[in-house]
Amino acid sequence: MAAAVRAGVSGRILGRGSAVGARSMSSWWRSVEPAPKDPILGVTEAFLADPSPDKVNVGVGAYRDDNGKPVVLECVREAERRVAGNQNMEYLPMGGSVKMVEETLKLAYGEDSEFIKDKRIAAVQALSGTGACRLFADFQKRFSPDSQIYIPVPTWANHHNIWRDAHVPQRTYHYYHPESKGLDFAALMDDVKNAPNGSFFLLHACAHNPTGVDPSEDQWREISYQIKVKGHFPFFDMAYQGFASGDPERDAKAIRIFLEDGHAIGIAQSYAKNMGLYGQRVGCLSVLCEDEKQAIAVKSQLQQLARPMYSNPPVHGALVVSTILGDPELKSLWLKEVKVMADRIIGMRTALRENLEKFGSPLSWKHITEQIGMFCYSGMTPEQVDQLTKEYHIYLTRNGRISMAGVTTGNVGYLANAINEVTKSS
Amino acid sequence: MEPDNDPDRREETSTAKHCRVDESAFARVPRAPEIPIYAVMIACSKDPSPVKLNLGMGVYRTEDGKPLLLNVVRKAEELLFSDKSANKEYLPITGLTEFRELSAKLIFGADSPAITENRVTTVQCLSGTGSLRIGADFLAKYYYQSTVYLPEPTYGNHPNFFIAAGLCLRTYRYYDPVTKGLDFQGILEDLASAPLGAVVLLHACAHNPTGVDPTVEQWEEIRQIIRSRGLLPFFDCAYQGFVSGNLEDDAQAVRKFVADGGECLVVQSYSKNMGLYGERVGALSVVCKTADVVTRIESQLKLLIRPMYSNPPIHGAAIAAAILKDRNLFNEWKLEVETMTKRLTCMREQLFDALHEKGTPGDWTHILKHVGLFTFSGLKEEQIAFMTREFHVYMSSDGRINMAGLSANTVPHLANAIHAAVTQIQ
Repeated sequence: MAAAVRAGVSGRILGRGSAVGARSMSSWWRSVEPAPKDPILGVTEAFLADPSPDKVNVGVGAYRDDNGKPVVLECVREAERRVAGNQNMEYLPMGGSVKMVEETLKLAYGEDSEFIKDKRIAAVQALSGTGACRLFADFQKRFSPDSQIYIPVPTWANHHNIWRDAHVPQRTYHYYHPESKGLDFAALMDDVKNAPNGSFFLLHACAHNPTGVDPSEDQWREISYQIKVKGHFPFFDMAYQGFASGDPERDAKAIRIFLEDGHAIGIAQSYAKNMGLYGQRVGCLSVLCEDEKQAIAVKSQLQQLARPMYSNPPVHGALVVSTILGDPELKSLWLKEVKVMADRIIGMRTALRENLEKFGSPLSWKHITEQIGMFCYSGMTPEQVDQLTKEYHIYLTRNGRISMAGVTTGNVGYLANAINEVTKSS
Repeated sequence: MEPDNDPDRREETSTAKHCRVDESAFARVPRAPEIPIYAVMIACSKDPSPVKLNLGMGVYRTEDGKPLLLNVVRKAEELLFSDKSANKEYLPITGLTEFRELSAKLIFGADSPAITENRVTTVQCLSGTGSLRIGADFLAKYYYQSTVYLPEPTYGNHPNFFIAAGLCLRTYRYYDPVTKGLDFQGILEDLASAPLGAVVLLHACAHNPTGVDPTVEQWEEIRQIIRSRGLLPFFDCAYQGFVSGNLEDDAQAVRKFVADGGECLVVQSYSKNMGLYGERVGALSVVCKTADVVTRIESQLKLLIRPMYSNPPIHGAAIAAAILKDRNLFNEWKLEVETMTKRLTCMREQLFDALHEKGTPGDWTHILKHVGLFTFSGLKEEQIAFMTREFHVYMSSDGRINMAGLSANTVPHLANAIHAAVTQIQ
């Protein structure tokens, strides 16, 4: 932070006259630099500005139906119908909606989780996954001030920003294996072993963003074991539960393995994608503690950290979630709708791969169907991506990440052809 | 890859400062102290007395002691719900565009030079709290002066934003306990001796907790001192409309500062005046000397927001925008604000009259002079404790009374309590 007194100030004590204006001052903000554009959001901006009728947006990770339109789930509409116009909007408690948090913990820890029964989980409503991660990062900084966070390579870009702004030192661990377009398991395990004991590890619970590459169940067990040996703290970012396989229980498998193995974990959960509540900012941060007393203490500290950030979280999204999850029929409807979304994406993966193979691409595209969740790490280079955009009006991030949610039966052929054209000579 | 399964290795390799690998990383997290006003509210909620009076937290209540869902809010929410074309996609990082523009007009006036000359950026944040935090973080990063002056006293959470941002706090005299009015000389002296360029937090209207606002003439002198010292005004406007019942009139202090061409930060909250409390609707504006600075500042605000919660919640802002942009809804809203304010004024008069009739010792005219939701009663801590014990009256220990917690039925009870406390405890 600049410490020097601005030149404009020193000679400027105006004392006379009743109309003391400020026009002679120069702006305090003259030296503020324009911030670099967010790479992902920049893609959408460029897409919107493109007049081509063939344009395809496979950039942003928000679900689209087979017509390329955003979706409001039926269960959400019904929940909103029930609450619209008849609730006052009083402040939630600092920890958020108790009901919403209770239901959310069941999704992650299991309906009959002993940890929930024993009240060992410190949990607060958070501002979607981002807010949950940030709250945890701030908590980590305050109560584990000597610790560092290990972040996979690659990861959602904002993870780096979050822990940086929380002033927690960052390290990376190997994750994606470019040659196989799969998991670099050996290097990952080495990194876990070589990290100082008691390091914090950020793990994507399912549907890794941006690669779509998840460890197998066996691999998760080995990771869990090694993390336990080293006394590392596992922090799970679960933004896609239900969205990966279509079954929320299955998507929580990694977390359940760690719980069985006796880890004390932290989890960031989000309803942005799996309930389509993106803009409502609904999520949950939980930290599994040794006992109820510790959980109470930890929860109080999480609330303390939230107070000078936003005091208490927004009520509407939480109300929608608790209305849905608290009503067996609505919950059942939700589970069906999540499966429909996941199935459509899985279907598009198959279609994209088949189309590419049909076009006679010399490359292997099996990773498209092996990867899971919203994203596919295509393996394309930034230059190939630029070519896709320039020549075919196809928009995606330059790391080659394709948002499968943007793929439809209407554009999959066009997309496959374009990808084949730009990659076939590589 | 064989996992390392030699348990004896654990002890050897344990070098982390937080000791044993099997102890929770957060085993020694202490329980955070209860926030005083929350503790009061909890005590009140546990009190079984049928005559208990909750005059603590700063929320509006109707004559029946109930939260108020404004008619316009209900209508707006129903309108939003019936708009089937609306989706729940992410808002931009800076929030709902419509809301931002309308919010700026509400506080600055549609014909404000800051707006017409494109010299202001307004971003949607999570109510006043979230706006204060982003403003504080922005100052910490880009402003050359790290000292922030807060009025003595101020809203309990104010120091926390600036502390979280890493800034230094000082106070300026504000309230005179002898007159129960403004310590105007104290303000002028303290601002005159502030270091050049220091940030000064000002309550735009309806000071919390005292209810004491400067007069128009006093504001003018405050403005002159601030501009002549190059101090940076940071307005917190949480009660626009609650002083005079008129939104425009209550914005005058802010507008006079903007009219002189100088820079300032302004925070707005819609919690109270639109009853949107739990929806977390607010805005941060940065008024600059020149237009070219504004876009750069906006880009930097985005960098602060993204690692905190990515983008703000949509629901409340959509409601606010719907009200602000529709002539009928806006006019109806103005009337509802006026009605709320009239009720507060009525409660002031009734309480004053009741104390006057009882011949309660002391000068109670300050009850009539204070503005907004609160009155700084002047009662001492022991007197307040007495009132809680004997009369089940709950208020904050600094003597702040929320006038909205009163009704025609309960004023006599409060008057009795005050009378007893003042006569029995000196």
